[in-house]
Amino acid sequence: MTDKNKSPLANALDDTLSWVDARFPLTSNIKAHLTEYYAPKNFNFWYFFGSLALMVLVLQILTGIFLTMHYKPDAELAFGSVEYIMRDVPWGWLIRYMHSTGASMFFVVVYLHMFRGIIYGSYRAPRELIWLFGVAIFLALMGEAFFGYLLPWGQMSYWGAQVIVNLFSAIPFIGPDVSEWLRGDYLVSDATLNRFFAFHVIALPFVLAGLVVAHLIALHEVGSNNPDGVEIKKLKDKKTGIPLDGIPFHPYYTVKDLVGVSVFLIVFSAIVFFAPEMGGYFLEANNFVPADPLKTPAHIAPVWYFTPYYSILRAVPPILNSQFPGVAAMGLSVVAFAFLPWLDKSPVKSIRYRGTLYKKWLAAFVVSFLVLGYLGTVPSNIWGQFGAWMGGADRATVVARFFTAVYFLFFILMPWYSKKDKTKPVPDRVTG
Amino acid sequence: MSDNQNDKQQADLQAGEPNQIDLEKRNFLIATSAVGALGCAAVAVPFVASMTPSERAKAAGAPVEVDISKIEPGTMMTAEWRGQPVWIINRTDEMTAELAKHNDQLSDPACEVTSQQPEYCKNSSRSIKPNVAVVVGICTHLGCSPTEKIKPGGDMGENWTGGFFCPCHGSKFDLAGRVFKGSPAPINLVVPPHKYLTDNTLLIGVDTEEKA
Amino acid sequence: MKKILLAVLLMPFFTLAIASEEVHLDKAPIDASNHESLQRGARTFVNYCLNCHSANYMRYNRLLDIGLTEKQIKDNLLLAGEKVGDTMKVAMSKKDAAKWLGAAPPDLSVEVRARGADWVYTYMRGFYRDSTRPTGWNNTVFDKVGMPHVLYELQGEQVLDPETHELKLVKPGTLSEEQYDAFVGDLTNFMAYMAEPAKQQRNQLGWFVLLFLGLLLVLTYKLKKAYWKDIH
Repeated sequence: MTDKNKSPLANALDDTLSWVDARFPLTSNIKAHLTEYYAPKNFNFWYFFGSLALMVLVLQILTGIFLTMHYKPDAELAFGSVEYIMRDVPWGWLIRYMHSTGASMFFVVVYLHMFRGIIYGSYRAPRELIWLFGVAIFLALMGEAFFGYLLPWGQMSYWGAQVIVNLFSAIPFIGPDVSEWLRGDYLVSDATLNRFFAFHVIALPFVLAGLVVAHLIALHEVGSNNPDGVEIKKLKDKKTGIPLDGIPFHPYYTVKDLVGVSVFLIVFSAIVFFAPEMGGYFLEANNFVPADPLKTPAHIAPVWYFTPYYSILRAVPPILNSQFPGVAAMGLSVVAFAFLPWLDKSPVKSIRYRGTLYKKWLAAFVVSFLVLGYLGTVPSNIWGQFGAWMGGADRATVVARFFTAVYFLFFILMPWYSKKDKTKPVPDRVTG
Repeated sequence: MSDNQNDKQQADLQAGEPNQIDLEKRNFLIATSAVGALGCAAVAVPFVASMTPSERAKAAGAPVEVDISKIEPGTMMTAEWRGQPVWIINRTDEMTAELAKHNDQLSDPACEVTSQQPEYCKNSSRSIKPNVAVVVGICTHLGCSPTEKIKPGGDMGENWTGGFFCPCHGSKFDLAGRVFKGSPAPINLVVPPHKYLTDNTLLIGVDTEEKA
Repeated sequence: MKKILLAVLLMPFFTLAIASEEVHLDKAPIDASNHESLQRGARTFVNYCLNCHSANYMRYNRLLDIGLTEKQIKDNLLLAGEKVGDTMKVAMSKKDAAKWLGAAPPDLSVEVRARGADWVYTYMRGFYRDSTRPTGWNNTVFDKVGMPHVLYELQGEQVLDPETHELKLVKPGTLSEEQYDAFVGDLTNFMAYMAEPAKQQRNQLGWFVLLFLGLLLVLTYKLKKAYWKDIH
């Protein structure tokens, strides 16, 4: 294998590589997933969020490992050990803020990534499985965030966990037993903290990592979608077999993603160094009060990334004295995303070629999501009450009910309006 | 750039290697890699540093003040510094005189291994005051704490002149913490940094003046 | 259409500002770079607060950050034979405190992060005489507060006008009103520092990090351009 034109070092590297390749598919994997994975050349900024989500996952795992070295999952010690990290551990404050900011930024990035999938129809055939793996990642991420949020053992941690675990009691017949089993006690306690720690640092990270691998394998099997929703594999170069609109992921998208990473890191660092509490949205003031099982804070709300679903929970009224409909609606509002591939009957994938009907529905959905998200952070009497003509109901609750309806109608009516929508012709090749 | 035409051809070649070296690509690749590597190294610093002793560990390992006025001649006391036992032995004059007599039986009688004692204790009695020995009671073999055998003779045999015996693997040390030949322990016990605040107050853990 | 959308999106944030109908809080004079103020506040904290309230996560030697020397800490702040590396503990156990004082005084290490500096600043100036309370004191921002007015000798005694809900000084203390405000201001400043001692370091380092990332952004952007000139 020695080549006289090459330096001895290059030859040695070549030899090592062929030694490895004979035993492990290194070169072929690099080719399949990077240098000869052909991605559409028309990705726009929306396509940064996938690689960013992966980077945040790595960041969370890395900072998490180092936090675990100092954190104590014990009801007596947990709160103090977080302050110990913030003060006594060299650079502990930085690692902790990276982790707490990373948690929120993970959801920012994932929500934008999901929105990208919706507007460009990335869930449509043949990418349904990629989407389903994605929804599973989202669910695992919510679990990861929920379990992790208990660990600082402040008032918000404690009562947040108390409320969410109690949601399970609303399940008919088995509910109360399920809640008790989850807590391992009659109230959220040391036992709960200890098991949530296990879920947060071992169980769910494994699940997440596995799902991410599945998500990527499925993606690389069928190839990436793009802002035009055109299948680039349909038109290939006759000699090389390479899609005409495809470019190798490496180096083109690796260097492009680096730009996205740089911008993301600027935003991320600005928060970590100058506003780690983010006005109380990333770190809440009440969570600087140690957990007290005897005293509920005046106003409790989940962290911002859960608030749209929490709003839906509050908006649905109890039926026959049962909270179950609200809980079911909340669960459904998250799982609804999984049905998109089969609800969307449009002949086109991308929003670029859809008509105004679909766009209006999508806009209504986005507005519902944001308004519900906001309403979930505030008490339901924030806007006062309607007069007697509405039975004196809280204004905010009525608004939340309206937008809850819009939220679900976006999914329920999709088969109808996506079909009826006046679409534009889709080109053969990708545009600009 | 003058090779605009080349660019067009390259585009058609897709991933094909350009014939000439593209200096723009190369320079920015080098610059980005260098700055990126610098950034990664800078990020690694806090993570590595977070594993060094915390303020709590440092506070627990802070210098310890010990009152030595209560130690009878010929006995010892044990203080704790950084979680380790520190022996303070009040040697009688006979004990101190004995130290010089068994040099031929020791591995390192003159304390040549500089890591085992501060410079000011590299003397015949291995101490600041000839009659007061300050030694970390951790065997230099595998870290057990040796047992006090200050009295001569006894179960250590007729020739025993007083010292310490490690129960784990049988290392023997004299009353200055120097190891006897034939012990598994390779070198003498550690003399920690220490100083006298007053005649009877010993500060273990610091030898120079505290920083103001 | 777009304007309406924008208005709908921004609506919640405006209402958020209007909706806060809580007690008015005075702005606390926070200045983490004013070491003299922080040192005065530290002394006040140790002399007045630390008798009942602990600051279990704050180490005395952390005060080196605000310009005190180890000797100054030892001579002025360590009153009961603690070491400089110790945290600010109180001798009272939580159980005893609950028995003697009705409720255990909370640890104050991160009080400012929990309540806000303005709250602490207003609270410490908001005590007034109220004969219906067992301690004889009540507070404008913390109704039915358990703590008596520890600083009343300095501030004097206030009463609350039931009509206007304003405080009036009826018996002057040893400090004038401005002096007392400054005194509490220093204490609040110190407590804000204590709630997050690394904050100044964090802000300073932040500028370097952003500058560095700005450079990285320029380079990665140029690199991307250099590669993508092939793609049409």
